[in-house]
Amino acid sequence: MEAGLESPVDEEGVHDSFNQLIAEQSQNGGLDALELQELQRELDEEGRDNVAYLSSPGHDYGRRQERWEAEREDDGRQTDSLAGERWSSATLKILSSMPSRTIGRSRGAIISQYYNRTMQLRRRRQSRPSIRDFSRSARPSIRGYGMEGDTTDSEGAEKREHLVNNLQNLSVSDRVRMLRGMPLSVAEKSELRYMQSWYSWLSFIHSLQLWQVALKRVSGRFGTGVLSYFLFLKTLLFFNLFLFLVTGAFLVLPQAVHPPLFSQGRPSFSGLELLTGAGYFSDSVMYYGYYSNYTLRKSCRVDTGGQNMSISNGTGMDCPSKRHSYNMPMAYFFTIGVSFFITGIILVYSMSKSFGQSFRIDKSHSILAMKVFCSWDFKVLKKSSVKLMSENICTQLKELLAEVNHKHVKNTVCQKLWRLTVHGIAWTICIASTTGCVIGIYYFSEHMHQVRQDEEASMLALPVVVSVINLLLPGLFNAAAWMEDYDSPSVRTYVAIGRNLMLKVSVLGVLCYHWLGRVAADPCWEDFVGQELYRFLIMDFIFTLLDTLFGEFLWRLFSEKGLKRRRRPVFDIARNVLDLIYGQTLAWLGVLFTPLLPAVQILKLLLLFYIKKGSVMMNCQAPRKPYRVSQMTTIFITLLCIPSFIGASVCVTYTMWSITPSSSCGPFRQLKTMFQAGKRWVEELEKDNPSLSMLARAHAYLVENPFFLFVGAGIFLIVIYFHSQVVDGQRKIISLLQEQIENEGEDKKFLITRLQSIHEQKRTPTRRLTKESVKP
Amino acid sequence: MPSNMSCVLCCSRLHGRYRELAPHLVPLDYTNNPDIRVPLTLIITMPELKENPFRDRIVETFSEDGHGNLTFNDFVDMFSVLCETSPRELKTIYAFKIYDFNRDNFICKEDLEKTLNKLTKGELTPEEVTLVCDKAIEEADLDGDNKLSFADFENMISKAPDFLR
Repeated sequence: MEAGLESPVDEEGVHDSFNQLIAEQSQNGGLDALELQELQRELDEEGRDNVAYLSSPGHDYGRRQERWEAEREDDGRQTDSLAGERWSSATLKILSSMPSRTIGRSRGAIISQYYNRTMQLRRRRQSRPSIRDFSRSARPSIRGYGMEGDTTDSEGAEKREHLVNNLQNLSVSDRVRMLRGMPLSVAEKSELRYMQSWYSWLSFIHSLQLWQVALKRVSGRFGTGVLSYFLFLKTLLFFNLFLFLVTGAFLVLPQAVHPPLFSQGRPSFSGLELLTGAGYFSDSVMYYGYYSNYTLRKSCRVDTGGQNMSISNGTGMDCPSKRHSYNMPMAYFFTIGVSFFITGIILVYSMSKSFGQSFRIDKSHSILAMKVFCSWDFKVLKKSSVKLMSENICTQLKELLAEVNHKHVKNTVCQKLWRLTVHGIAWTICIASTTGCVIGIYYFSEHMHQVRQDEEASMLALPVVVSVINLLLPGLFNAAAWMEDYDSPSVRTYVAIGRNLMLKVSVLGVLCYHWLGRVAADPCWEDFVGQELYRFLIMDFIFTLLDTLFGEFLWRLFSEKGLKRRRRPVFDIARNVLDLIYGQTLAWLGVLFTPLLPAVQILKLLLLFYIKKGSVMMNCQAPRKPYRVSQMTTIFITLLCIPSFIGASVCVTYTMWSITPSSSCGPFRQLKTMFQAGKRWVEELEKDNPSLSMLARAHAYLVENPFFLFVGAGIFLIVIYFHSQVVDGQRKIISLLQEQIENEGEDKKFLITRLQSIHEQKRTPTRRLTKESVKP
Repeated sequence: MPSNMSCVLCCSRLHGRYRELAPHLVPLDYTNNPDIRVPLTLIITMPELKENPFRDRIVETFSEDGHGNLTFNDFVDMFSVLCETSPRELKTIYAFKIYDFNRDNFICKEDLEKTLNKLTKGELTPEEVTLVCDKAIEEADLDGDNKLSFADFENMISKAPDFLR
């Protein structure tokens, strides 16, 4: 036994098999090295059964292993936590060479482990293991996944060849993922020679990121919570960039190159246009009304001198050439539709990815352990922030301990009633104030609509009122929450978000009703709605600036100089993110009426980034309360998708489907609904090309018949139900596997005690013999 | 070392950072792969590691000799793992090694106590520290040996979405 273990660089000497060992022990006195080497194969089979031990980490060169081994040999009397007894050094040698403590340590083991994984991945990509392949054991096992068998050859170089072969056969993304996940050093990975490019791409793409240095500074001082706000801003910027590129390329550019024939003279530029969007901007490519409702043809202009162009929808009469033609109504309809569709897909995809990362299937019970290991924010670099974070963690741990150890103080019935009344009052205040404001906006907007003056500045009244409401009411909600005094900070955050959301949704709802209900009866109403949305966006930006100025900058001056406190204001992440979502909803609502609105939003977001960053660095301090970043990020992206984007797309769809476009301006004039442009195009296609009549009929049937919508929705619901059942099944398997792990632990303890007892039995007869031989 | 253009750029940037820690030790020319090690005391002066409570353990884990003296290869390894885009499984493996102070491939109670003391910088009383460690091991230990093996650690981390670095 003692002589058996050489340097553990050769893996063979390191693995043992318990069954064989016990059998050997009961037959003869010990094992020599050769038999050890035979037995290790058996243990390979058995050891690989338990995934838990397989993925032990290891990034060790042989030297470190040797050193450790030497230490262990010296200190032969380490107490094992399995039982308080003193184990013989033989037992300890076996324990120290158990698979769970050695697999993954040496390079060869890592390569063989990853060989198994790539094999598994290849098989999974081809087919799933069938139930038939599972061995008939009483407990579920993962044997069917091909974990055994492939590792019969033990040559290190051969293993590496197999691994390289496997990696070559994987797809590029799988290969990259495998390589990045391997705990081998860079030097070794570069030995897997042809896969060098992934490493360079990783660094190259990372260095191209926008605002990288600024974000690093912010996160270094404030942590990942505040960073998440700026990352959200960056995400919104990319959405708007995409929208701007699409509308710019397909709508703005063609129309700008072919200005409409009958355009009135524009008033001259005065500075007020930047705020109101009317005046100089009013009859420009910025708004819906400018866009032509005929097919733009390049060649006609040259032939007919630009006169007498037919303005009936669809075909231009006198132009022979059909090549450089651009059907503006169709382009408008499809561009808006497709860009919304693609934005929706991107949003749903990022929402589902975020969900997958932050919400786990299993209900977690290990709160304290997670707090110890996972609550430290490694992005924070500044000393004072680090100290603050350390104090935070202390407080949280103390609170958790108190919660776990002591029973909750039971509230008396009186206290419960009192708390209920306080909550009731707070909610009543919030709902009443929201309703009051919404009714106020309703009547005020009606008044402004009826009393529409020629003064441009008066059109700013409604946006200003709405922005003031959006600014002041969350303050009232905060005061109500302070009065309620919630125990848990996360509940308080959720309630604040809920109330804010309720306010913004109601305000936007009443405004949409005003625009699509009342204003839609006016001539050229789309231009007016587009201008309104532009005004709302600009006013929102101005009021955010004012809020940053007063809320953060002046408040800090006041509290430092006036009240002589060291505490600076805290950056309210939730409120700022909701403001961003509100602005983005306005932008999405307005794209139909103002194709250049994404450009305005891009400018606004760029300015907002620098202003907010400057303000945060100058005026705010790191947050004191714990902030669960990934959960909050998921909530924010969900809010961006569901009320914001879905609401905007419902409004746009309703406008396109049901509302009569104005008859004097825009690409859809003299049509019953905007949607009819599509129908008309299909009819035209059918006229030009009779063989496409099938397509036209299919189109008419599919799109106009609600039956298919119901069938589609039904299939969708079935798929969702199926997936939820799969999740339930996985939950059950997780609990079974946990049970199995516990049982394996028990098995291990049992085997070790038996081994020890057999060894003791073996030893005592010999001891007795020697004692007897000593006795005279 | 890989020889792509952009990788040369990234490597040269890292080499610049490595060199500025010990300009007298580290040569400009690395083509002969000289055996230079920058000692632990210089590495932990880097701004990314200076305030990190686990800086000593991090550098020790990536060092070949186990004492925290990093060659350039080790330095590159460390940054490639600590990078934001490095995969979560890799970070879990190295996090386990970093928290395993006595390097026995298990996080035992003493390792946990040391971790906690580094995190809280001695703000908790010893009884509280013991209590927290006991509770944490009780929660996370799956196979009942009163220590956290890598499997237990990984299982617990997988449920914590906030495990960042």
